[in-house]
Amino acid sequence: MKGTLNLVGYGLSAIGPAIATGMIFAAYINGVARQPEARSVLQPIAFLGFALAEALALFGLVLAFVL
Amino acid sequence: MRSLHLLRADGGGFVPPSTNDFNLPPVFGHNAYSTKPILLVFLSVILISVFFLLASRKAAIVPSKLQFAGESIYGFVRNDVARDNIGPDFMRFVPYLFTLFTFVLVNNVFGIVPLLQFPSMSRVSFPYVLAFFTFLVFHSVGIHRHGLLKYLKDIMFMPGVPKAAYILLTPLELATFFFVRPLTLALRLFANMFAGHLLLLVFILGGDHLLKGVIGLKLISPFAFGFGIAMSFFELLVQVLQAYIFTLLTALYIAGAVADEH
Repeated sequence: MKGTLNLVGYGLSAIGPAIATGMIFAAYINGVARQPEARSVLQPIAFLGFALAEALALFGLVLAFVL
Repeated sequence: MRSLHLLRADGGGFVPPSTNDFNLPPVFGHNAYSTKPILLVFLSVILISVFFLLASRKAAIVPSKLQFAGESIYGFVRNDVARDNIGPDFMRFVPYLFTLFTFVLVNNVFGIVPLLQFPSMSRVSFPYVLAFFTFLVFHSVGIHRHGLLKYLKDIMFMPGVPKAAYILLTPLELATFFFVRPLTLALRLFANMFAGHLLLLVFILGGDHLLKGVIGLKLISPFAFGFGIAMSFFELLVQVLQAYIFTLLTALYIAGAVADEH
């Protein structure tokens, strides 16, 4: 069996952003559940944070292709 | 990964789908401009134009079914994406956001439409162009609103931070605004469509390969096809969600640029 270890490395590196994204949305859901009218305030914050956390996973994907 | 032989049912091993499956040959002629993704993009533009022209042609107070369908998509982008995020001056950006949403959505959904079955956004050049437009839009809006120097100052020196923190913060903020934001916007869409298409290929090609095997493997293959079909519906969810996130993030970036304080 041949292959590149890049993909294993990428899988490992995706764990961090996955946990981060999960925590961001958990906090968002918690916030909206406690205070439903805060949804419009929380939504942009949640999505901006999610975009930033996921950026790391996306850079990892690029490096898995490039290296 | 390319030489990973999962099964040796009929002598020839199973060749798992790889990045090569995304380099499609030209449909006709020998030029590089008639490949399937490019034709699909043209098809999407025609489909969207025809649909919304028909939906808005005989607009009435009591809408027809078609007009209702068109208006609910437009209303979703205008109210839930643009107005809720950008604020009072949102109408200027609705045409751009609406075009972006419908274009990305239709091109994504091509991934599970029978016979077409290729999400054109899984070729990275298309998301790059879209993200570049977003990059131009939100920076030019910010510069137009605040002036170049104040806009850059707002990005580089966020208020209420100790002076020493700027050593760390300023490069990070600059990288975020000019590099990370457009790049991840494009790559997020690309990666989701790419991985989704690869996932479907694994199940469908795997099921096809199992059919060629011995009788025991033949009995397993319906499960592979069944899972492929189930995954197609999961992909529909991802495709709609990614179109929404692309538009929403564009709206959020524009909102950040027009806001008085970052």
